[in-house]
Amino acid sequence: MSNISRRKLITTGLAATAGVAGLATASHLARRYGLIPPDHGGIYGPGETLTYAAQRLLTKHSLAREFPRSMISKVPFANPTAPPSEDFKRHQATDFSDWRLAVDGMVARPASLSLSDLKGFPVHNQITEVTCEEGWSYVAEWIGTPLVNVLNAVGILPQARYIVYFSIEPDWWESIDMADALHPQTFLTLGMNDGDLPVSFGGPLRLRVPRQLGYKSVKYITRITATDSLKRFGKGLGSASPEGGYAWYAGI
Amino acid sequence: MTHWITVISFFALLITGAEIVISHPRFYWGETGNSGTPALFTLPIPASRDTVPTGYGYVMPDQNGWSRYLHFEAAWVLVLTGLVYAVAGLCTAHFSKNLLPPPADRRWRAFRDVFAKTLRRAPPDEAESYSYNAVQRIAYLLVIFVLFPLVIWTGLALSPAFDSAVPAAVNVLGGRQSARTLHFFVSGFLVFFLVVHVAMIFVSGFWSRMRAMITGRVVRPSERT
Repeated sequence: MSNISRRKLITTGLAATAGVAGLATASHLARRYGLIPPDHGGIYGPGETLTYAAQRLLTKHSLAREFPRSMISKVPFANPTAPPSEDFKRHQATDFSDWRLAVDGMVARPASLSLSDLKGFPVHNQITEVTCEEGWSYVAEWIGTPLVNVLNAVGILPQARYIVYFSIEPDWWESIDMADALHPQTFLTLGMNDGDLPVSFGGPLRLRVPRQLGYKSVKYITRITATDSLKRFGKGLGSASPEGGYAWYAGI
Repeated sequence: MTHWITVISFFALLITGAEIVISHPRFYWGETGNSGTPALFTLPIPASRDTVPTGYGYVMPDQNGWSRYLHFEAAWVLVLTGLVYAVAGLCTAHFSKNLLPPPADRRWRAFRDVFAKTLRRAPPDEAESYSYNAVQRIAYLLVIFVLFPLVIWTGLALSPAFDSAVPAAVNVLGGRQSARTLHFFVSGFLVFFLVVHVAMIFVSGFWSRMRAMITGRVVRPSERT
């Protein structure tokens, strides 16, 4: 009896050591390959990290589903936003002719781009779905320039790991990793369904991330910044969403 | 062990799933659907968002943030536990020995006998105290190999990133909103199983079943007298 329990003790001990070593190796590898989301702390951290790591291994380059023109929703839907700020109303009064997008941070040539500057980049279109975390969705055509074009134009530095983007409205900002930032479907969106992007859908400028839920696609973008760490932004959780209790990574 | 971890994660998924549904208690069929389009059906409950027409004059508190975090964490626990259970079940031949109905029971007669015995309120015979009857076996197999895989699949199909890697996962279900509606119904079937399952345990004697489920020891019918 005592022999068996000693053997059991040794086996259990070895298994526990192997487990701890395995976890340590896994966490080291995960850090090295950028598989840890910024909101990895707290009781929901393990689940969130598993989700983000699995998605990064599975979906780094995959393309969001695109739909035929016949599937464009007759009735798109936009969650109402807070009443516009004085800043926004001023821009709206001048038909957004002075709207600027600042591009800074870890880039070789920081820039301030007007909407017509952005239209000077190769303009693409995509028919993709907006999926809200609440459960509803619609399909629309989105017209804009892939974010990667702008990042290349300003000379994104190789040490940049995240792109942080800010709305003109206060406390509305998000960030994405480079897999999503360099993704060909991540658009600085200027138009929708053959027209200008309506204000309720984020006009004049929205960063659309079609592989993630709608809340990652921030409306009224005025600044994007490249960084190697999200610690210095807000509470260091990656974006305004985790500060409000929502996951940073929203591809689920 | 895997059973009790599954119980905990299932309840976490159920509660958080209900919280998430409350933010948009309308269901659709096809690829898209929103408050501006007709619903397939609407749950008669108030919503946690004021943009959803529910007929109620008030809005419930928004619990989606933590509910979503917990829903996905519990889903991971459930899936990983399920994998351990499936591998262990195959290795120990648990599925073929205890769950697949024996050849003699693979006839309608066997099912009829079970119902007839239940209706007569006949006490379980010696064999039944140790193993499952034909109806139980089919129910458990359905839950393990049909309903749980379906609920995981329809849930994954709701992830825009997963769909970008595996578009067929959502396309063969008829679109995103169909996947969401199916996810809701499969969860409903699992809840139905849970209710019957728990009711059975009470009928067959709560404490003796609990002892058997936790320790594996069964008190024989002959010992009970």
